Amino acid sequence: MAQEAPAGDLRLADVTKRFGVFTAVDDLSLTVPQGSFFALLGASGCGKTTTLRMIAGLEAPTSGRVLLGDRDITGLRPYKRPVNTVFQSYALFPHLDIHENVAFGLRRRGIRKVGEQVERMLALVQLDGYGRRRPAQLSGGQQQRVALARALINHPQMLLLDEPLGALDLKLRRQMQIELKRIQAEVGITFLHVTHDQEEAMWMADTVAVMNAGRIEQLGAPADIYEYPASPFVANFLGQSNLIEAEVSGHDADDLLVTGHGYRFATPLERARSRQGPVWLGVRPEKLHLVADRTRVPDGRNAVSGVLTDICYAGVSTEFLLRTAWGQEMSVFTANNDPDARLVPGVEVTAHWHPRHSFVLPRDDSAGDDADGSATRPGATGGGRADGSPADGGVGVPPQRLEAAT
Amino acid sequence: MTALAHLGGTPPTTPAAPAPDRRRRHRLLPYLLLLPGAAWLLVFFALPLLQLAAASLYDPAGSLSTGYAMTWAVGNYPDALQAYWPQFLRSFLYSAIALVLALLMGYPLAYAIAQKAGRWKNLLLVAVVAPMFTSFLVRTLAWKTILSDNGALVGLLRDVHLLGPDGRLLATPVAVVLGLTYNFLPFLVLPLYASLERLDPRLLEAASDLYANPLRAFGRVTLPLSMPGLIAGTLLFFIPATGDYINAELLGTPNEYMIGNVIDSAFLVRLDYPQGAALSFLLMAAILAIVFTYLRRAGTEEVL
Repeated sequence: MAQEAPAGDLRLADVTKRFGVFTAVDDLSLTVPQGSFFALLGASGCGKTTTLRMIAGLEAPTSGRVLLGDRDITGLRPYKRPVNTVFQSYALFPHLDIHENVAFGLRRRGIRKVGEQVERMLALVQLDGYGRRRPAQLSGGQQQRVALARALINHPQMLLLDEPLGALDLKLRRQMQIELKRIQAEVGITFLHVTHDQEEAMWMADTVAVMNAGRIEQLGAPADIYEYPASPFVANFLGQSNLIEAEVSGHDADDLLVTGHGYRFATPLERARSRQGPVWLGVRPEKLHLVADRTRVPDGRNAVSGVLTDICYAGVSTEFLLRTAWGQEMSVFTANNDPDARLVPGVEVTAHWHPRHSFVLPRDDSAGDDADGSATRPGATGGGRADGSPADGGVGVPPQRLEAAT
Repeated sequence: MTALAHLGGTPPTTPAAPAPDRRRRHRLLPYLLLLPGAAWLLVFFALPLLQLAAASLYDPAGSLSTGYAMTWAVGNYPDALQAYWPQFLRSFLYSAIALVLALLMGYPLAYAIAQKAGRWKNLLLVAVVAPMFTSFLVRTLAWKTILSDNGALVGLLRDVHLLGPDGRLLATPVAVVLGLTYNFLPFLVLPLYASLERLDPRLLEAASDLYANPLRAFGRVTLPLSMPGLIAGTLLFFIPATGDYINAELLGTPNEYMIGNVIDSAFLVRLDYPQGAALSFLLMAAILAIVFTYLRRAGTEEVL
C-alpha cells in the first residue's frame, strides 16, 4: 500500500540454517509471490519457524540468500526490513497500552501523528475503543488482533505470521481464520503464514508449502496438493491417505495398471508419479464407497475387500476401519445421509473407488530409510494423524472438513 | 458425575452458624499475627524515635553529667545545620556519585546475569551476594589495604601516570566514593536482577521487528520494564549510602567526613545529644523528601 514495489516477491535462494550439528533448514529455495496468502505447513521441528525468522531477520542463514523484490536483505538487521511479524506469543509490550503498542512501529520510524492511523487499524481488527487498555486486560483473541494490528499498521511488504492462532481455542480460531482472510484481501499485503495445522493451511492459503526435515516436500494450491500429493509424507500430513503397497504391471492407453496383494488397480497415467517398479497406490478415505455385497461393485472401479473392525461416528460423517486380508487398516469416510444398517463391525465388506481418485507414488524399497517412509507403512495408514499432525486431526472435525475440501 | 453432583449438593459439614467466640477469634487472628512485630517496632523503633525527637529539643547548655532539661529548643536545628551543612552536602554528593557508578556497573551486570548468563546464573548471583557473608567492617578494612599507598593498585596507577609520583587513593574522596559504591552495589543489583530476569527476550525481538534499533529497544522496552527494580535498587542503595559513616571513617580523613560521622561523634565523642538528635532528624527529613520526590517522578504504582 505505502510502498508498492513492482515485484515484491520474496525469494529464498539455497538457504541453509544449521544450529551446531542440527540442520534446521536444508538448502531451501522458495518464491512467495507478492500479494499471496502463502502457508508454510509442517510438524514442529521441520524448520518452518526458522525459515520465517530468517525472513524477519531474527536469525541469520548459515548460507544462501533472502531477496525481497530485487533487494538482497540477507544481511539486513530486522529493524531495517520492510517486513513485520505476528509472533506466536504475540509479544505485546505489557507496559504500553493498546494504542501505544499499535503505534510502536510508526513512532520508531519518526512518525509523529499516529492517532488517526491507529484508530483506523484498531477498527480494522474490530477493537475500536480498546486503545487505553493494557494487553493484560484483553482476552487471547483480542491480544492476537492487537498483534496483527501492530504489524499491519506499518504497511510491510510482507507480513509474517508465526502460528498466530495456536493459542486460541477452536471456535475462536475459526473466527480469526475468517478474519485474517478478510483482512488479507482488504490490505493486499503478502501473508506468509507458518502453521502445523493442515486444515488451517488449506483453508486460508492460496499456496501451501509442506515442509519436512528442513525441506519443502510439495508446493501448490491446497486442492492440488490434497488431490495429488507428491510423497507419502504429504499424503498423510495433509489429511489422511490409504496407501497400498503395489508393483507396476503395465499400462493401457489411459491408465497405469498396478498389482498389490492380489488386486489389480487402475490409475490415470497423469496421476502416476512413477510408472515402473515398486509404488504406493493411494486413495483418500472420503473417495471410498462401501458395499456389503461384492458383486455390487460397478464395472471399472478399483476395489479392496476386508472386514470392518471399527466404526467411529462423528456427526456429519462416519469413519469406517476396514482390515484387509494382509492386515492393513484402511479408512473410509462416509457422509451420514443414508447409513447402511448392514455395515456393522465384523462383517465382510468391499471398498471401491473410481480410478481417477487414486494416485501412484514411487515406493522406496529400502526399508526404514526415513521417518516419513515408516509413517506410511501399511499398518500406519489408517492413523494419518499419528505421523505428526496430531491435534488438528482431532475427533469430530476432520471428516466434514476433508469433504469440504474435495 | 452423579457422585460429583451429590457432593456439590451436600450442605457444608461445618455448622451453619459458628459459635460467636469462634467468629471473634477469626476476626482477631490477623491482629494476633501482627502483635510480635508491632510490639517489636513499638519498643525498639517508635519509642526510641520519640526519645530522639525529645532529645533534639533539649537545652543545648546541658550535658551528660549535669543532665538535660527539656526546653523545646527548636533552635538546635538551625544551629546544627549551620555548623555541619558541608558534611550534609558531602553525604548527598558522595552517595549520588557512588550511585551513578553503581548504576553504570550494576545495570549491565544485572542484565548479563538475568538474560545472558545461562547456566552460570546462580553462581554469578552467589558471587554478587557472597561478600555479604563477611562483615561490612572487614570488607571496608580490606579496601583500606587495596587502596593503600604502597599497594599494587596505587603502584600500577603511578606507573601508568594516572596518579602522580606522590599521588594516593586512600584518604581521598575517591576512596570514600569507591567504598560506598562497592559496599552497597548488591543492594542495587539484586532488585534490578529480579526485574530483568522477568523480561521476555521475545519482546526485544518484537521491538526489533518494529523498527527499533538496539538502543531504542533498550530505551522503550528494557528500561521501562526494569523500572520497578531500578527504583527499588536505587532507593536501597542511596538511603544507607547517604547515612553511612564507616567508609568515610576508614577510607577517608575528616576532610571527607559525611553527616554520619558527625552524628557518630556528637553522640559518642562530643556527647552533644541535642545536636546529634537534631542532625539525625534533619537527615531523615532530607532523605524522605528526596525519596518522595523521586517516587512521584518515577511513578509509584509498581513500587508502593
